[in-house]
Parts: sequence; C-alpha cells; structure tokens
Amino acid sequence: MHAFLKGGSAALERAKEKSASSSGDKEEPAKKTRQVPWVEKYRPRSVDDVAYQDEVVAVLKKSLQCSDLPNLLFYGPPGTGKTSTILAAARDLFGPEMFRNRVLELNASDERGISVVRDKVKRFSQHTASGTRPDGKPCPPFKIIILDEADSMTSPAQAALRRTMEKETKTTRFCLICNYVSRIIEPIASRCAKFRFKPLSEETLTKRLLGICEKENVSCDDEGIKALLRTSEGDLRKAITYLQSASRLKVEETITEADINEIAGVVPDEVLDDLIMICSSDSYEKLDTGLRGLINDGYSASQVITQLHEKLIEKEDLTDKQKAVIFEKLAVVDKCLIDGADEYLQLMALFTTIMHQICHG
Amino acid sequence: MSLWVDKHRPNSLNKLDFHKEQAAHLKKLVNSGDFPHLIVYGPSGVGKKTRIMCLLRELYGSGVEKLRIEQHNFTTPSKKKMDISTISSNYHIEVNPSDVGNNDRVVIQELIKTVAQTNQLETSSQKSFKVVILTEVDRLSVDAQHALRRTMEKYMATCRLILCCNSTSKVIPAIRSRCLGVRVAAPSIEQIGQILQSVCKKEGLSLPLELATKIAKKSNRNLRRALLMCEACRVQQYPFRPDQEVTEPDWELYLKETANLIVEQQSPKRLLEVRARLYELITHCIPADVIMRGLLQELVKNCDGELKLEVVQSAAYYEHRLQTGQKAIYHLEAFVAKFMAIYKRFFEEGIADLF
Ligand SMILES: Nc1ncnc2c1ncn2[C@@H]1O[C@H](COP(=O)(O)OP(=O)(O)OP(=O)(O)O)[C@@H](O)[C@H]1O
Ligand SMILES: [Mg+2]
Repeated sequence: MHAFLKGGSAALERAKEKSASSSGDKEEPAKKTRQVPWVEKYRPRSVDDVAYQDEVVAVLKKSLQCSDLPNLLFYGPPGTGKTSTILAAARDLFGPEMFRNRVLELNASDERGISVVRDKVKRFSQHTASGTRPDGKPCPPFKIIILDEADSMTSPAQAALRRTMEKETKTTRFCLICNYVSRIIEPIASRCAKFRFKPLSEETLTKRLLGICEKENVSCDDEGIKALLRTSEGDLRKAITYLQSASRLKVEETITEADINEIAGVVPDEVLDDLIMICSSDSYEKLDTGLRGLINDGYSASQVITQLHEKLIEKEDLTDKQKAVIFEKLAVVDKCLIDGADEYLQLMALFTTIMHQICHG
Repeated sequence: MSLWVDKHRPNSLNKLDFHKEQAAHLKKLVNSGDFPHLIVYGPSGVGKKTRIMCLLRELYGSGVEKLRIEQHNFTTPSKKKMDISTISSNYHIEVNPSDVGNNDRVVIQELIKTVAQTNQLETSSQKSFKVVILTEVDRLSVDAQHALRRTMEKYMATCRLILCCNSTSKVIPAIRSRCLGVRVAAPSIEQIGQILQSVCKKEGLSLPLELATKIAKKSNRNLRRALLMCEACRVQQYPFRPDQEVTEPDWELYLKETANLIVEQQSPKRLLEVRARLYELITHCIPADVIMRGLLQELVKNCDGELKLEVVQSAAYYEHRLQTGQKAIYHLEAFVAKFMAIYKRFFEEGIADLF
C-alpha cells in the first residue's frame, strides 16, 4: 500500500532513465525510444506547453511568478489536459529533483478511505517545507497533494479531507481533479479555485496533430485529420492514440478517413441509412435481421445512438413532433444501456419507435 | 479428448481464418515491439480471446502458451477476504474481475500494481512490459472503472492492458479515451461454412457443403456454437448426410416450448407453469438476457404489427429492470404476465369488433 509513494513519478523516472541509458548504449536506441506511447511522449512538460486552457494557464503562470498557489479544482471531460497541467505546474515549481519529495499523487486506484486521507495526507503535509532547494535556489515553501479522479472518493472521505485541507493550509496545497464536478462535495469545491477544462477546439487539435505528424514523420490527409476531429470530440488523448495506431497499421502510407473511422469503431453511413430505410418499410422482420447484423458486426449500441441522433436531427421528412417522440425514446435507451441493459432489445425498442413514427406517426 | 472448439483454435495471427486483414494489422501493430492499451470488443463466440492470444504469441513467442492457474487472495479495506483465480504465463496474466462482484476494484488495484511493479522479466526479452488481460469488462463496476483511469497511465511503462468485452457501451469514456478499440465482427455465414469444412478436413472427415451451410445458418454467426453443433452432428451419424437434421441445444427447444405455452393460454395457472419452466432455465445457467431475447423472438411470431411494437417495448423495459434489479425471475415473470395481458386484450378487442 505504499506503492503510491514511489508511484507515478518513480515510474516516469524509470522510463526516463531507461531511454536515457539505452540511447547511450549500442543496442538499438530507436527501438527503446519507440516504447513510449505518443500520448506520454507529447504530454506537456511545462505549463507553457498546455494547449487551449488559457484561463487556468494564465492563473498558474501568475502563481508561478510569486511562488504561491491556491487550492485547485480541475474538472472536465477526459483527455483535455487536467492531469498534465498540474504535473507540469509542479515540475515548473519544484524542478525535477524536488518533485518527488514535494508532490504526492493519490488517484482512484489508491486506497483513499477516511483513514488513509487522515493518516497519509496528514503525515505527508505535516513537515514544513523549506523555501530553498538543495542547490540554494529559492523554491515555494509548500507541498502539493494531487488527488486525481477525486470524483470517485466517497463523501465521508471528502468530508475528512475538508478538515485536513483547513488545517494544513500553511504547508500544503491541494489539487483535486475529476471528470464530474457534481460529485465533489460543496464545502470542498468552495475552498478551491475552480477551473473547467473545455474540450479542445478543432483548431487546437489540428495544430497539435499536424505537429505530431511532422515530428513522427507520418502523413495523414485532410480528410483523415477531419475524421480525427470528429471521432475524438475534443479529447486530445483519444486523437493522439488513434493517430498513433493508424500510423502503425499503415506503415509508410498516408492515413485516410477510412482508417480512422475503422479504428474509432464508427458505424459506416450506409449501414445506418439502410436501417432508417428499413424503418420506412414497416417490416418488423427486416428490422430484426438488420439489427442482428449490426450487432453481430460488433458495433456498439452507444456508438449507434450517437450517430443516429446526428442523422435524425437533420432529417427533413420528419416533423418536430415525430422527432420529439423519437428523441425521448433515445434518451431512455441511452440511460438503459448505461445501466447494462441488453443492446439488441434496447435498439429494437428504439428502432421500432422510429418505424412507428415514420409509418404511423 | 478435447472439443473441436479447443483443439482447432488457431494459435498465431497468420493462422486466423477470418478477418485476415485485421490480423495483419494487429501484426503490424505489435511488430514494433509495442502497442497501446487495447479494448477488444465484439459479440460472444467470435474468437476475441483467440485473437488476443495470437497477438501475445506474436509479441512474446511460444512462452505465453505455458499457462498456469493460480489462486490469489485479497483483503478488502473492510477486512473481507476473497479469492480469485487467474490464468497466467511469464508474460501475461488474465483475470475476470467480475468474479468477485462489487469488490472488483480492489482486485484491479492490487493486481495491476503487483504486476507493474515486479520487474521480473528477464532482460533478454526485449519487452519492458507485461500484459494484463481483463475479461468481461462490460460487467466491471463503475467504481472499478474509475480506479483504472490513472493506473492505466501511470504504469504504462511496465504494464499494458487488454480489455475484453461484448460491447463498449458500458465502458466509461475516460477509459475508452485511453485505449485503442479493436472491433471483432462475427464471421459471415459463408466464412463459418468454410471454417467448418476445413476443421472437418483436419479431422479426416468430409462435410458436405449443404450441411455446412445449414449449420452455419443455425449458428447465428456464432462460430463457437457452429463448431459445437457440427461436432454434435458428427456424433449423431457419420458419414454426414447433406439433409441431416441439425439439432439445436436442448434448452433452446425448451425455451421455444415455453413460448408456445404462453401463446396458447393466458391465465394465472399457466403463468405459474411458465414460471416453473423459467426457473428451470435459470438453474441451468442460461443467462436471463438470453432467455428474454429467446422468448421475444418466439412470441412476436404470433403478433401483428402494432402488437409487435408493444411487445418489444415491454421486453426492453423488463430486461432493463432485470439488469438493475436483484432477481431475474421477478422480471422475466413480469414480462410474461405483461405479454399475456397485452395479447389477451388484443384478442378480446378483436372479437368485440366482430359484433
Ligand atoms: N490541453 C492540452 N495540451 C496539451 N496536451 C494535451 C492537452 N490535453 C490533453 N493533452 C494530451 O492528452 C494526454 C492526456 O491528457 P491528460 O492526462 O492531462 O488528460 P486528463 O484531462 O487528465 O484526462 P482524464 O480526465 O481522462 O484523466 C496528454 O498526455 C497529452 O498528450
Ligand atoms: Mg487525468
């Protein structure tokens, strides 16, 4: 259970050591460096590298100048730079050597019950931190505790944290990170400077992706990039993972829209159009066959409803009333799927509703 | 003697019988000695695990086939003890976290940490990471999924995850964002037919095309099922006859009979009889969602258009309740009762209209 103490930074450090030592060796340095996935390779190292989240970057930079930091709460969808930002800020503040002593990262995979919050956090924050580095340079006189994925902490644990936060203000700053801010209890949220991380804009994504393409020497055509923007929905990590995977599959070839769509599990347009056509035929049997085919092909129901929603909303031969009935059902189906309901039954329920609306609505 | 399904399982990416293009892609993916976390998804019986094992073999060599089964003990923070069994080689470990129900988070935490931190790989092998295979990820609790988020990033240097599931719908976005999705579609009817024939050939048997196609069609594109049925046909008689009867599993016939009973009569007494039969199916480990789909499929055959719509809606409704509820039987029975009510009303209205 002490794993986290050497946790993230240690693993990172180890990875670094490895690439550093092996590049000196004769044994195929290229092979070793390739072992770092691009998402890690292109993780921002300093706050300046963080793209698009201008507001938080501005605040952090100001804090870096005067060497102080408020308690922070970062929230937003996956892959928008929350974890990267705080790690980068901590690195900027303390430098790589001090990082280990001054930063404690606890995430959802570590035990974070009440007792842990009380003991571990307390023990870490108790000792005062000095205002100078070993080499004599000044550095901020506090420690940082990063509670990543704080939305999965229980309320009692959060309540315990609240008291600790109050007590240790002199020595420690807290940074809470989560996807869903509503799961953080109010007393904690109100003690932090809150920052929402937005899904990255298409412009930013494009710039980043093209930058990586250039550095990694891969080519991806315009349609390919557009497909990446569409499928990643502002999640840069997803976009980078897709890009790297595509580049592996297509060694020395240009990456196209089709490659990205396949990797992302996008349902082909024709397939969906076909299903909608079947709905106008008012035949239950055809619909049954069509949906079984779709599921046998492995497409996920949640992907189907996302794409279906986009398609139907623009469909001109449906009245507003018909759309309202269909989308109401779509919302119900979405929730049921999340609860673990059967995909075939839910899709049948949705598509028969569409069929009914088109033919009898 | 092992079943054909196991005996003729391909063990390298080159030997996979269908989706050859995807196999080639996977090969390229690991050829650089590395790959991202994967989430492999597709309907059951399409050979996801086979594909994963081929991938590992490509990566580590035949060492991954030296498997051992181990028991692991874990203690939850509330001091509850639990056991879980894993299958592992020197290079990977496979576990089904949903075996321990709501305690899956603890298992994942501990397991991945141990794997990631024991750097016991011989330095001779080029790989600096081990692989953890988690099966049935769609049954993982949300809590456990949250616990995976940062873990997946932190231990990336020493540990890669392969998540395996039927559908990604139940996997939270933050995890999907960390994985490369590999969709495995079910083979087509023709492909299944070909595979059946080639397996029979390896067994020294000759399978007529007509029978192969017949089995393939009955399999609903489920390769495992097709192979089992084919082997059952062999037991029944050999040489094969093209027009030979392909028997379906007993429980399917039983389910069909049950559906017929429901259509035949709608009364509290009949409901009780049906209930007993549903229990029978459940105690034979037929999953509740399979029962629900099977019932629906048979029942709608006896309904017209409007009625079909209503029946589908309530099947979906009760199956959802079943997933979130405690005991499957309540919800299956509720569905049957509902169907009886709808069906009876429909007929009574029909008769009333006649007069
Ligand atoms: N704003 C950004 N600027 C630069 N790179 C980014 C940004 N957002 C995401 N990335 C890229 O995506 C990867 C993942 O980002 P990060 O781990 O910070 O996401 P996160 O917001 O913490 O997501 P999650 O909620 O899933 O934990 C980084 O390694 C980096 O390559
Ligand atoms: Mg994060």
